[in-house]
Amino acid sequence: MRFWIISAALWIGAVFLALSGANNYLFFAGFVVLQSIVLASAWNILGGYAGYVNFGVPAFIGAGAYAALTMHLSFGANVLVQIAAASVVTGLIGFLVGLLTVRLRGIFFSIATVALVFIFETLVMNSPFLGGATGMQLTRPESGGFFSSYMRMLVVVMTGLAVLAVATARYVQQSHIGRGLRAVRDSEEAAECSGVPTLRLKLLACALSGALLGAAGAPLPMYLSYIEPASTFNLLYAVSALAMPIIGGMSHWIGPVIGAILLSSLQQIVTVTISSELNVLVVGLLLVVFVVVAPEGIVGLVKRWKSSSR
Amino acid sequence: MAFSFDLLFEAILFGILLGGFYAAVSLGLSVSFGLLDVPNVAHPAVLLLGAYAAFSLGHFGIDPILAGVLLMPLFFVAGALFYRIYYVVFERRGDSAAVNGLAFFFGLVFIIEVGLVIGYGVDQQSATAPYIGGSLELGDIRLPYRLLAAFSVALVMALALSVYLSHTFYGRAIKAVGQDEGALRLMGVDPVRVKQLAFGIATGVNALAGAVLLILAPVEPTMDRIYIGRTFCVVVLAGLGSMSGTLVAGLILGVAESIVLMFFGASWAPAVAFGLLMVMLGFRPQGLFGR
Amino acid sequence: MEIILKVDQVSKHFGGFTALNAVSLELKRGERLGLIGPNGSGKTTLINCISGALVNESGQIVFRGKSIGSLPAYQRTRLGIARSFQIPRPFRSMTVMENLLVPLSYVGGLSGKTADARAEEILSGMGLASKMDQGCNQLSQVELRKLELARAMAADPQLLISDEAMAGLAGTEIDEVLAILHSLNRKGITIIMIEHIMQAVMSFSERVVCLDAGQIICEGTPAEVVANPFVQRAYLGD
Repeated sequence: MRFWIISAALWIGAVFLALSGANNYLFFAGFVVLQSIVLASAWNILGGYAGYVNFGVPAFIGAGAYAALTMHLSFGANVLVQIAAASVVTGLIGFLVGLLTVRLRGIFFSIATVALVFIFETLVMNSPFLGGATGMQLTRPESGGFFSSYMRMLVVVMTGLAVLAVATARYVQQSHIGRGLRAVRDSEEAAECSGVPTLRLKLLACALSGALLGAAGAPLPMYLSYIEPASTFNLLYAVSALAMPIIGGMSHWIGPVIGAILLSSLQQIVTVTISSELNVLVVGLLLVVFVVVAPEGIVGLVKRWKSSSR
Repeated sequence: MAFSFDLLFEAILFGILLGGFYAAVSLGLSVSFGLLDVPNVAHPAVLLLGAYAAFSLGHFGIDPILAGVLLMPLFFVAGALFYRIYYVVFERRGDSAAVNGLAFFFGLVFIIEVGLVIGYGVDQQSATAPYIGGSLELGDIRLPYRLLAAFSVALVMALALSVYLSHTFYGRAIKAVGQDEGALRLMGVDPVRVKQLAFGIATGVNALAGAVLLILAPVEPTMDRIYIGRTFCVVVLAGLGSMSGTLVAGLILGVAESIVLMFFGASWAPAVAFGLLMVMLGFRPQGLFGR
Repeated sequence: MEIILKVDQVSKHFGGFTALNAVSLELKRGERLGLIGPNGSGKTTLINCISGALVNESGQIVFRGKSIGSLPAYQRTRLGIARSFQIPRPFRSMTVMENLLVPLSYVGGLSGKTADARAEEILSGMGLASKMDQGCNQLSQVELRKLELARAMAADPQLLISDEAMAGLAGTEIDEVLAILHSLNRKGITIIMIEHIMQAVMSFSERVVCLDAGQIICEGTPAEVVANPFVQRAYLGD
């Protein structure tokens, strides 16, 4: 109950902030942080809870972005419909990749997600309708409903999405689904013999994770006012989506949130001061350091500190 | 493109040469993933590192193949040391290390890739050597010298590694360590040192393979991603742990890619490796020669 | 007496190797069956085919009147077949109690306080109640074996397959596990016991089946099987 009260308060806070005269930069930065929360939580549903490491997050983000773009171009759909459509598309993609690979070892699922990035990038490059290799400029609508700018409305929507993503992760973790996934991760054979429908659960995690990743990508065309394959299917998304849950902690839904806020804030600073390549390098190094030294992330460190101070 | 037997023949010939190359770049992975079961997705990134290192040595006037040979001992030592660290951190921990192991190697991929971008820029780099540029003419078919050079080196590497693994004590120990550590211990051999040796060899071989990559085509930092598809395809197609199988599997991939390239265009060629990999995993995951 | 399990001409091959060769077997409800045979004779393969970890290539497996050969393992568990593993496979990221909550929720559909109470009940019956909230890494060998059995029990089975639950245990520990199995049988659960510890198998079983090289070479009372020359040859050689 407390979770929902806090979430509602955060969302209402976002609405008020958007209606206020606060600086525009706040909203651009806020969008990125919120998107990171969605990505990290979504990744963790499959990575942390089920143990399947998705290296092709850019493919899902890109598929979501281009699906949203299609809805916008073909039907003039509003952003909520775009997000819904994107989620359906990427949820299906997640499900199909899972169907193909989750009977095999985890590494092959990961390689399949790398393949996805290639496939989608090639598809987009060969689709003039979607802007092809050069991409497409978009005009953001003038108004954002109640809000003074479309951008502010997007941030409010993104806040709602972040709440949804975290709530989903929390639900999965605390329900018997979460326990089932942990059982599958710990010992798939024993899980089956305990009545756990392992394949079904793994596919559910794939679909859920995929859907949320696509939802995070859907507002991207409108946020940026343009879209092109190179920046959509890019490396930073791939490494960040991994680093955020690992640094924050994969065992608890709060971990990805912590990791997302820390990392995306850090990235804003690094990009502003140095280069975007260095950005990726820093994130990559942090990822490796944490995996080696603190694999349970910040959540794990806090747990250990708490139990040793008793 | 219109179909003709001449074109098909050319594609197949080209594919065989290319396939030898694909086998060479997959040899290291056959050892590290096939025999040692290390989820080494960073293998193609290290391959690229070797290519760029050979490129840098080229600034001193050193021929790429020679550079590759010179780099081998360096990469060998680095690989052996690296495995020690990997073993201490991951293999001894057990339980949920699978996710962490994969994340670790992907972290390395990112670091290497972006490190190369920072160091060399995103543009393509190529090497110069007397055999790069010209072609051998057989009737109507032109076989680029660099492809022949790549194939020759690849063949030598594959044979040398195969002989080493089958006919020397430590070579056979490497083949055995993935299956029966206990037996090795009984013989007084430390399995961890054998694995270190194996990983060192895998990395060393990668250095020369990287130099061959540089000869074959211009390199750029994102190339490692497509090679994840190609190398894993070859290793799985061969059957984990089979060296001779790696050569055959490489040839199959080379020919398949070459035919697709010839008749369907360049944008579909990368899909062949990933597609073939998925098909193998779906129908015959133990590969063609798997144990 | 109801036939709870019928294995009919079941065969299983691994490449060129025949692990099971047209094995047939019937089990009465409430029976205590011992399954013996030298290493590699196919005992574990047979129970893997029954539990669903493996799929047999030919033959039928009928449980409680229903042909289960095409069902995945988790559905067979839901129908009432439970098993313990030779090398214990606890859910290591969970406490002892949470290990039981998995089958309790997925087979029994229990949750919340009802599930917690039932888990405690089962653990008390095994003498593990005091370790309820501990992680699995802190359990001794015999405690891990008991946890395997407890988790199998949490699936509320009608048929329990115990795969070498006593391997590597010492005297009193063996008696503890045997006592648990006896008490479960008294509650009406049919039990298949695979063991190498002859004394345990012979004292526990009503009927014994001996496998060798994928085939049943002898079936009967413990005394009959032990005296059988084929069985002696399988274990001791010529």
